[in-house]
Amino acid sequence: MGANAATLRAAAFAAGLLFLLLVPLGLSRYGVYIMSLWAVMTIAAMGLNLTLGYAGQVSLAQGAFVGIGSYAVAILSTNGMPFIVPLLVAVGLSFAIGWLLGYPALRVQHHYLAFVTLAFSTLVYLVFRNEEWLTKGIYGIMGFKRPTIFGISTATPLAFYYFCLAMLAIATAFLAWIVRSPWGRAFVALRENPVRALSLGVDTRRYTLMAFAIGSAMGGFAGAVYAPLVEFVDPTPFTLALSLNILMMVIVGGSGFFFGPFLGAAIAVLLPEWLRFAHGWYLVIYAAFVMGLLIYSPTGLLGVADRWTANRKTRRASAERAAASASLSPEKP
Amino acid sequence: MANMINLLMAGLATGAIYALVAIGFTLLWQTSQTINFAQGEFVMLPAFFVLAALNLKAPLWLALLIGLGASLLVLGALFKRAVVDPMLRHGVLPLAICTMALSIFLKEGVKESYSAEASPFPSFVPGGNVSLLGAQISIQSVSIFVFALVVVFALQAFLMRTSTGRQMQATAQNPSVARLLGIPVERMILYTFLINAGLVALASFLVSPVYLAKFSSGETLGLAAFIAAIVGGFNQIRGAIAGGLLLGVVDNFAAAYVSTQYRGAVPLFLLIAVILFRPQGLFGRAEERTV
Repeated sequence: MGANAATLRAAAFAAGLLFLLLVPLGLSRYGVYIMSLWAVMTIAAMGLNLTLGYAGQVSLAQGAFVGIGSYAVAILSTNGMPFIVPLLVAVGLSFAIGWLLGYPALRVQHHYLAFVTLAFSTLVYLVFRNEEWLTKGIYGIMGFKRPTIFGISTATPLAFYYFCLAMLAIATAFLAWIVRSPWGRAFVALRENPVRALSLGVDTRRYTLMAFAIGSAMGGFAGAVYAPLVEFVDPTPFTLALSLNILMMVIVGGSGFFFGPFLGAAIAVLLPEWLRFAHGWYLVIYAAFVMGLLIYSPTGLLGVADRWTANRKTRRASAERAAASASLSPEKP
Repeated sequence: MANMINLLMAGLATGAIYALVAIGFTLLWQTSQTINFAQGEFVMLPAFFVLAALNLKAPLWLALLIGLGASLLVLGALFKRAVVDPMLRHGVLPLAICTMALSIFLKEGVKESYSAEASPFPSFVPGGNVSLLGAQISIQSVSIFVFALVVVFALQAFLMRTSTGRQMQATAQNPSVARLLGIPVERMILYTFLINAGLVALASFLVSPVYLAKFSSGETLGLAAFIAAIVGGFNQIRGAIAGGLLLGVVDNFAAAYVSTQYRGAVPLFLLIAVILFRPQGLFGRAEERTV
């Protein structure tokens, strides 16, 4: 049965990959843009999933890191640097700022931590809007080119979609490695029982900061891909709403599940587009759907799947038990 | 000097409204671990109940009553039954996310079903100015401040002096022991939600004449209420009052004396400083921490 489940999972993975590779071929320019946006948001949500889902630290600042990454790339690219340099700067800068943002987490937890990161997120937005010498304020930055990778230009929407997909693949591979490494185990230990983790010799202090820094760096990475996607960076997308939206993606998909962010980002990015027929009401319907889903399954979409398989296993086990006792019963007097 | 008095009075009026909203916020947290991210939208909505009633040619007093009743029903009872009850046992975070979705739902719902524009809202407190120490003080500011304080002290008296109030406090402090002592915990929690709904409705009726009724007006108010609640202390009513008043005054002085671009940053710095150096809030009790 274990082998069966593994085959099933591999088949689902292959089908998903094939779908992602082929589907944009049949989509309009806007459709391809939405799919690219989904890939970017998935990267950002994966980062938050590491901080929140694996290490258990609430952050309402992931949107700010997407902003920091975007601005780093926009500013450096307009100065004519090849894409890899701004990319590394975006990731490095987000890592460093994320590390610093982790310090309050050493002192306060839960809702207090949520509010510190919320305040940070709003402050970053104010800096984007007001420091015109650096960010050009509300006028925004444009006129930077999409990157050329190994001599292949990503200027067309379709080429850039595959670029986003490649970035998503890199982020996925990185995260898969992290959660399987001793670090990932330490993050989970931190979430489940910090006191016990500490008594077992896990340096909880360092791992708390690390969880923040790596999660934030992935936010910056997403931002670095977002800037060339939209080709215009201004403060508007990076309000608190983005951070809340990314947090919603993580919870809706299933916090702590590896593929949760993929589903969550799909709901948050694609569902409103499908609901466009409802005109102004689409956000109302979307919000109602999210509420309904969370009321039905607070552990998110993958929580539903999890519960479903667990139920099936229980049922199968009890059926086997019943069969076993039935076959035994004739021997009983 | 005259300017200072004006700023102080306007700040106290705004602060008193923040305090009303923040008190509701802390009450929900204490009795049911609900972090209500839709609290700002809860303040926005009652004004639209009233406007809808006024559009049906109801007189102002009746419209206000209808608004209050609808708030108690929708934002109090229905919110608890439909959203909080099914989610409570699954922890703080899914519920918090659910209230975020609720805030989008309310905001966009009002925008689509009523109007995307700001609507004027009738004031039930008198307007005009009085002279005091050479400053022109707005009577509206003073009456908002006084009215809000009366409500707060009435609530405080209810919680401290009456049997029901004390049962509610017991429920907030330790639900299991309260249940053992025969307190109907479920009903007490419902009362808390009704009180929150009443407080946001009053805040709505006080603030809408000044800042107009608009679908998006909850965003700033909700954030201000969070900050006020945390700065003052998450677990004490007097903390929420002090936090609200302090924030209102700081906000108004920052608008006057700090650059306009960064006036919004001042309350945030206050918030960060309080959380880092005095996490229980300026007037709160220290809570036991799990770590």
